[in-house]
Amino acid sequence: MATSTPLDRIRNFAVIAHIDHGKSTLSDRMIQTTGALTAREMKEQVLDNMDIERERGITIKAQTVRLEYPADDGHTYILNLIDTPGHVDFAYEVSRSLSACEGSLLVVDASQGVEAQTLANVYQAIEHNHEIVPVLNKVDLPAADVDRVKAQIEDVIGLDASDAILTSAKTGLGIHEVLEAIVTRLPPPKGDADAPLKALLVDAWYDAYLGVIVLVRIIDGHMRPGQRVKLMNAGAVYGIDKLGVFRPKAVDVASLGPGEIGFFTAQIKDVSDAAVGDTITDERKPTAAALPGFREVQPVVFCGLFPVDAAQFEDLRAAVSRLRLNDASFTYEMETSAALGFGFRCGFLGLLHLEIIQERLSREFNLDLIATAPSVVYKIKLAHGGDVIELHNPADMPDPMKIESISEPWIKATIFTPDDYLGAVIKLCQDRRGQQRELSYVGNRAMVVYDLPLNEVVFDFYDRLKSVSKGYASFDYALEAYRVGDLVKMSVLVNAEPVDALSMLVHRDRAEARGRGIVEKMKELIPPHMFQIPVQAAIGGRIVARETVRALRKDVTAKCYGGDATRKKKLLEKQKEGKKRMRQFGKVEIPQEAFIAALKMDAD
Amino acid sequence: MTLNAAPPLGVYIHWPYCARICPYCDFNVVRARGRTDEETALVRAITADLTAQAAMIGPRTLVSIFFGGGTPSLMAPEAVASLIATARRLWPTDGPVEIALEANPTDAEAGRFAGFRDAGVERLSLGVQAFDNEHLCFLGRAHDGTETLRAAETAAATFPRLSLDLIYALPGQTEAAWTQTLRRAAGLGAEHISPYQLTIESGTPFDRAVRRGRFAPADEELGARLYETTQAALEDLGFDAYEVSNHARGEAAQARHNLVYWRGEDYVGVGPGAHGRLTCPDGTRLASEAEARIPAYMDRVGATGTGATFTEQSALDQAEERLLMGLRTGEGLALDEVSALPLKSLDDLIESGHLVRNGNRFAATAAGRLVLDNVTRRLILS
Repeated sequence: MATSTPLDRIRNFAVIAHIDHGKSTLSDRMIQTTGALTAREMKEQVLDNMDIERERGITIKAQTVRLEYPADDGHTYILNLIDTPGHVDFAYEVSRSLSACEGSLLVVDASQGVEAQTLANVYQAIEHNHEIVPVLNKVDLPAADVDRVKAQIEDVIGLDASDAILTSAKTGLGIHEVLEAIVTRLPPPKGDADAPLKALLVDAWYDAYLGVIVLVRIIDGHMRPGQRVKLMNAGAVYGIDKLGVFRPKAVDVASLGPGEIGFFTAQIKDVSDAAVGDTITDERKPTAAALPGFREVQPVVFCGLFPVDAAQFEDLRAAVSRLRLNDASFTYEMETSAALGFGFRCGFLGLLHLEIIQERLSREFNLDLIATAPSVVYKIKLAHGGDVIELHNPADMPDPMKIESISEPWIKATIFTPDDYLGAVIKLCQDRRGQQRELSYVGNRAMVVYDLPLNEVVFDFYDRLKSVSKGYASFDYALEAYRVGDLVKMSVLVNAEPVDALSMLVHRDRAEARGRGIVEKMKELIPPHMFQIPVQAAIGGRIVARETVRALRKDVTAKCYGGDATRKKKLLEKQKEGKKRMRQFGKVEIPQEAFIAALKMDAD
Repeated sequence: MTLNAAPPLGVYIHWPYCARICPYCDFNVVRARGRTDEETALVRAITADLTAQAAMIGPRTLVSIFFGGGTPSLMAPEAVASLIATARRLWPTDGPVEIALEANPTDAEAGRFAGFRDAGVERLSLGVQAFDNEHLCFLGRAHDGTETLRAAETAAATFPRLSLDLIYALPGQTEAAWTQTLRRAAGLGAEHISPYQLTIESGTPFDRAVRRGRFAPADEELGARLYETTQAALEDLGFDAYEVSNHARGEAAQARHNLVYWRGEDYVGVGPGAHGRLTCPDGTRLASEAEARIPAYMDRVGATGTGATFTEQSALDQAEERLLMGLRTGEGLALDEVSALPLKSLDDLIESGHLVRNGNRFAATAAGRLVLDNVTRRLILS
């Protein structure tokens, strides 16, 4: 049986780059140069389908495009470009995308240089034995400093940058050289056309017309429409309906052979049935062993999402279930809060994932949401030889008497910063209970590596890092291990009643400072009522911080005659609208902004 | 008499012209430019409007005619007389009708007081605001302290009933100085005083001045203390606080026209930007709002007979408004007037000492009045 395309005419590659270093523009330029789309069909950043992806310049779902490139050697090559998610939250997806390729382009902005995120992804590519072609992009900019950035690539990453390709994706400079390098410098895939089908499930997403679309890389054998295939880890069997490739428009094909990347549809109801990393084989003639490295993706950050207007709860339910259709790594279960009413406890792969989901809920589904403090997954060892339980919500914490120990996840954080801000960055990390592992300089940029508790990072670490470095520091992290910590549950009491949505687990040493920050913020945000309102932070029965919202002294309209009645009525209608954004807590009304702002403090 | 059994009605006539615009005022006013032809046409339009609205409602017992503004003391006394005659012809009654007019205490206007009295005005509401030249200047008033006193004396001698408007919480004003001002006002023969805390309304010159940091309005604490001072001082002087900002020596001195608003009775509003509340013979209650700009008002009268547009009020609208207005008064209101509202926090507010209930009636206490906007908001919203 012949393969659809000879192996030596196929090149599969990924593009590794930091946000804004021009990955999408470079990909677009390659698509345009090889004529996969006409100029009229080109939309800026073709591969980033979602609005959010395009606006933020990030890739959330892996995308792929098959290019036909007539090379200088006279042969036409099939180039499969996989556009990988560039963020640590999606590290597992990145590793699966990389394992579908034999090589990578490392795109570095010739004026900005290497960033933290670039480093993490390029190390992953090296782990996958990729051949890596360095590309210095944006060389047309006045600030470009090719020699410095080349030196940086060699010093920091340890890659030979002497034959790096200089490009400007904007002007089209160097695109031909990049395509030639893919053909000449990257190895072709290997595979056995006659062996039983073995394919890697690279990604899956939900399409409103076609249902679940599965992106695959064929390792051995063939895939054809009508074939019965088995997802080996899931243990499920499906008949392939539609088989095709993205050029970047979907085009049907009669078969996919070794080394090829394409997609199929097969009456799969839910993306969670098509887990990334699974191995696909022929049901009747299965491969002997599944591909290594499959694991189920677990959410690491949780928060409660509640509708501002309680009447929107059903809309929120519909929206989260719709999002879940296309994102199996996002989890949700119903949650009831005394303060916020009905909502959902949602799990995310990381902070960016959380932000993206929140943004999509508000933008695509028009929902006004209150998000509670993000929390990590704690492991609680119960006393007297009891079980270890996972805690997703501080409100569910067992009685401290019944707890032997609490462990929290730690991360390894890599931060690149101009040395002017190094002191402030180090102070921030120290304040967040960080332990320094590494500090090195490359020119006037410093790289620091810290061990940090994730719960200190989910709070407002990104915002603080950006502010102390005026936006210049870049940050990346990887989950390391759970460590036992002296953690306590801190409650916030408003008018002597605990507000469940504000309770959180904190390290004992940090509790007082955190508590003081929250009660000060709440004092500013709770409008005066007709009585004084104590706002307290407490650990168990011990108050660690207290503020008082003063009582309302005077609130009465001076003049109220004929025409004023109408004015007051209009004001009242506005207040009725505003009331929807308030949460009644005992006798106290708390504006929803307070819940959000209390968790986003501007300084420690 | 069947006529007197008909529901009460007040008539509000808005005269939008002012000699100068005060920097704190956000009412519907324009600079008077001495265009007597326009003013004559406006009196004609107001007359037509009154006639048209009278036709929409059934027989009524006229209880008050109020000339507000703007500055109605700039009107020709003949115009005032003519509008009074029209109202009386439309709603004839033998009962008492309070005829009141707002005036500024300038020499020029004081010269017309006798004419207004002859026209039938019996109650003058004089916009004194302050006695101190510095304060009057700050408030952008056209009269100094001496002129103010002269006008007040003339008014007291001319009209059976005199009411004085005052403004407090002016920059640098102490409680002691404010008490002096109140005593002085009471000594001028006024039997009714309306002291208002200076309120910075958006879009006014004062609003811009505050935003630019030219002066700072009194903070909440000082405002509260001055309000409490007002209550104590006027009570000492024999005035009863029958509404948040209105004090009268005895029930007869209360402003009948304003009670129409606070009691939820009907009123016809004519003149540019005037508001009205009318109960139609079929029981529906309408809120009326006249065109605000003078030419638009006259055009609308010309085209439709009335200068106003009418919106039907729902039972809930009526109840909310009744509550907003009724709680401002000492007499309060009856529970069954606001049966459309759940009033869930009524008992809480009684318990906290902000409201008091007496059988079917309830009212705000002194403590409740000080935070009345919050009290009504809680009653309506929770």
